[in-house]
Amino acid sequence: MNTNVELAKEDRAIINSLQGGFPVCDDPYAQIATSLGMDETQLITRLSKLLDDGLLSRFGPLYNPERLGGAVTLAALKVPKERFDEVTELVNQHSEVAHNYARSHPLNMWFVIATETPEQIDETIARIQEQTGLQVYNFPKQKEYFIGLRFDL
Amino acid sequence: MTQIQKLRHRIDATDRLIITATQDGLPLVPRPYDEIARQTGLDSELVKQRMSAMLTLGIIRRMGVVPNHYRLGFTANGMSVWDVDEAQMDRIGALVGGLDYVSHCYQRPKNLPLWPYNFFAMVHGRSRPEVEEKVAQIADLVGEASHSHSILYSSKILKKTGIRLKQKRDEKCSD
Repeated sequence: MNTNVELAKEDRAIINSLQGGFPVCDDPYAQIATSLGMDETQLITRLSKLLDDGLLSRFGPLYNPERLGGAVTLAALKVPKERFDEVTELVNQHSEVAHNYARSHPLNMWFVIATETPEQIDETIARIQEQTGLQVYNFPKQKEYFIGLRFDL
Repeated sequence: MTQIQKLRHRIDATDRLIITATQDGLPLVPRPYDEIARQTGLDSELVKQRMSAMLTLGIIRRMGVVPNHYRLGFTANGMSVWDVDEAQMDRIGALVGGLDYVSHCYQRPKNLPLWPYNFFAMVHGRSRPEVEEKVAQIADLVGEASHSHSILYSSKILKKTGIRLKQKRDEKCSD
């Protein structure tokens, strides 16, 4: 796997400075580029490449689904080892499943479900239970203390 | 009316057009908001005004990059989970949530007997020893307010598409 050892210092600066606060104005790239000591074209080219290469998952507005009336939860499954690939496929086929991680615990599959309405969370969980024959453990957040991570590269 | 309902009513068809056009990202062209205006048929000033408003309201959480931490070398992603005294939850939440290496810090329900933990703090590091060192720091901070804790490492990303917002077919509730 590629790691950050080969990340150019310009790319590092872009990622460190653009984790939030991208301006809403006519020429935001030019403004940010100036603060980073590069020009607009260089910034856009580097950002495009970071996205194409998969070093960035996305760039732009990050919407809060709950503020749009939607709902999000974290759920987990205890998947028998020999069924792991099959169950992964069954879970991932739901467009409501935004992220899915294998984790080291008896509850070995953890995924985020995001839907347009709170009711659809329960419906999605019910469908996954029906398809997999496994109990879905639902861990809806009761309180949020912080969100957003600053990577210091 | 709840806070969410109030906010929900503030989103109209114009906002939805903008959301649909930008949920995959901002155009990588010199005047990105003009490009969104062109794609949606909206006025560029209106696009900027609405996006600024959505930022202020928290509908847009933030504007910027989402690093793929795996590809950037943060390959050890430890979900630290804690059994915290309910009475001390808010104090611990503020303390742990304020740490710069912690993201996604939440109170969530226990599910006994399999799951005795009610506090989740995601810790990212370049290696497992680094994550473990950070979790040990958290354990010191939390002290006796937590009865037990554990770290769940992600061994594999099975899916990462991000949250998709579908365009509503029915716009009659808007405005």
